[in-house]
Amino acid sequence: MKVLVPIKRVIDYNVKVRVKPDNSNVDLANTKMAINPFCEIAVEEAVRLKEAGIATEVIAVSIGDKSCQEQLRTALALGADRAIQIETSENLDSLNIAKLLQKIVEEEQPQLVILGKQAIDSDNNQTGQMLGALTGMPQGTFASEVKVEGEKVHVTREVDGGLQTLALNLPAIVTTDLRLNEPRYASLPNIMKAKRKPLDVKNAADFGIDLAPRTKLLKVTPPATRQAGIIVETIDELVEKLRNEAKVIS
Amino acid sequence: MSILVFAEHDNSTLKAETLKTVAAAQAIGSDITLLVAGYNCQSVVDAAAQVNGVSKVLVADNSVYEHQLAENVSLLVVELAADFEHIIATALTTGKNFMPRVAALLDVTQISDIIAVESSDTFVRPIYAGNAIATVQSLDSKKVITVRSTGFDAVATDGNAEIIVLSSATDAGNSSHVSDELTVSERPDLGAAGVVISGGRGMQNGDNFKLLEGIADKLGAAIGASRAAVDAGFVPNDMQVGQTGKIVAPDLYIAVGISGAIQHLAGMKDSKVIVAINKDPEAPIFQVADYGIVADLFDALPELESKL
Repeated sequence: MKVLVPIKRVIDYNVKVRVKPDNSNVDLANTKMAINPFCEIAVEEAVRLKEAGIATEVIAVSIGDKSCQEQLRTALALGADRAIQIETSENLDSLNIAKLLQKIVEEEQPQLVILGKQAIDSDNNQTGQMLGALTGMPQGTFASEVKVEGEKVHVTREVDGGLQTLALNLPAIVTTDLRLNEPRYASLPNIMKAKRKPLDVKNAADFGIDLAPRTKLLKVTPPATRQAGIIVETIDELVEKLRNEAKVIS
Repeated sequence: MSILVFAEHDNSTLKAETLKTVAAAQAIGSDITLLVAGYNCQSVVDAAAQVNGVSKVLVADNSVYEHQLAENVSLLVVELAADFEHIIATALTTGKNFMPRVAALLDVTQISDIIAVESSDTFVRPIYAGNAIATVQSLDSKKVITVRSTGFDAVATDGNAEIIVLSSATDAGNSSHVSDELTVSERPDLGAAGVVISGGRGMQNGDNFKLLEGIADKLGAAIGASRAAVDAGFVPNDMQVGQTGKIVAPDLYIAVGISGAIQHLAGMKDSKVIVAINKDPEAPIFQVADYGIVADLFDALPELESKL
């Protein structure tokens, strides 16, 4: 079966963002970019399914300008077979991203679509679920275990109270949580090999979808900063402060 | 301005976060309807009817909603959507799971995780793990919103809403529940606790989390963990506080052996009082802590427990 893995290019998770002085957005100029960590987990899971003989082909797809080809090459180096870039210079809302992915699902007919549960830039946590609704596929979000069993996939999900396991009819959507797997490092030979794997470029405008913005970003500000407090020397002093100064314990 | 709020519950108890989500709805408008979708959930319905500011409680009590599967709940909400301009859920795992499906089926995008309401179409939400705060205007006709409950104060529970029982039930038929493995704990929920004590990589292993338990018992606290501690396999992921885990804002947050990565701070920096216990005086956690103590946690924790 085919597995489709949509991935997103985002700021490297170790980098702290700065807000632009005019509060129009964050400043990403000259910032280190990377594949979104949850998307990397998604690629790894798909590659493992292929190594286990369950998946036959792993296709990575990303939506953005030419720079996201860098992340697609990363996915190819991790073991994806081929890649698709949907070219757009716009910063699209999740719904529009999901609509473009729906078109790719219609073209490729994957049995499983594995996505990261959220991107660490917009923190929206919604594209996978939206794609599920648009394609009519069931979903297993926040997955910590994925097992394909015949015509179904069993997905164990990280929920507020613990774990929940669902059985989904294929084709299905899975979104990854961080404990699903630990992604491998791409080896140098695989990085070299990835350069020769196929990468198709399609234009977002050619899909006949209305990609008009659904939201307007009015401003972006830095968060309220918290003042550093004091260093106490002893546990006695700490307990005294919490009891009498902060009054948070009795 | 009619608003539908999805009630978070486990078929027996209405989650306290719902009271905060209703407060967010009140910041948008006054005509608020609560939806209780579940199975054998009468106690939740009774509690929902008492939530202040709610005029009606819609009840979908049917086995197809027992596990609140996203496929089924989203179809139910979409069926009801015509009467509402705003559809709101709490940004807990249930709401995060099904609400984007509702949005896509209604052909609107979702405004996730709002922490403040500017107007009926403009909302404030954290991005980049809370390192930037965005003010976003929705251009869609219907607003589908999830609420970060720590941004709002709970409404009271002395209301008396009208209860309306819905008869229809839709089973999408493409997903089913297999099993739950829920953490059984006598302690309060992380999201609802007044005090949270969390351990990080400095705890060294899962057994050492027992050192937090005595203190948690004395303070009535919930126990959390950093992503580093979860990644290292010390404790289960449902204890994770941070950008991709739970967001908490208790009166007192005690961070033990946690360095204070931005992803962790994103989950707790709105706590009223933060205490940090760490042996590294340079740890970034001290920059957000009201009270810090530079100490080996294996000395500090037993002493703290004995003195509470």
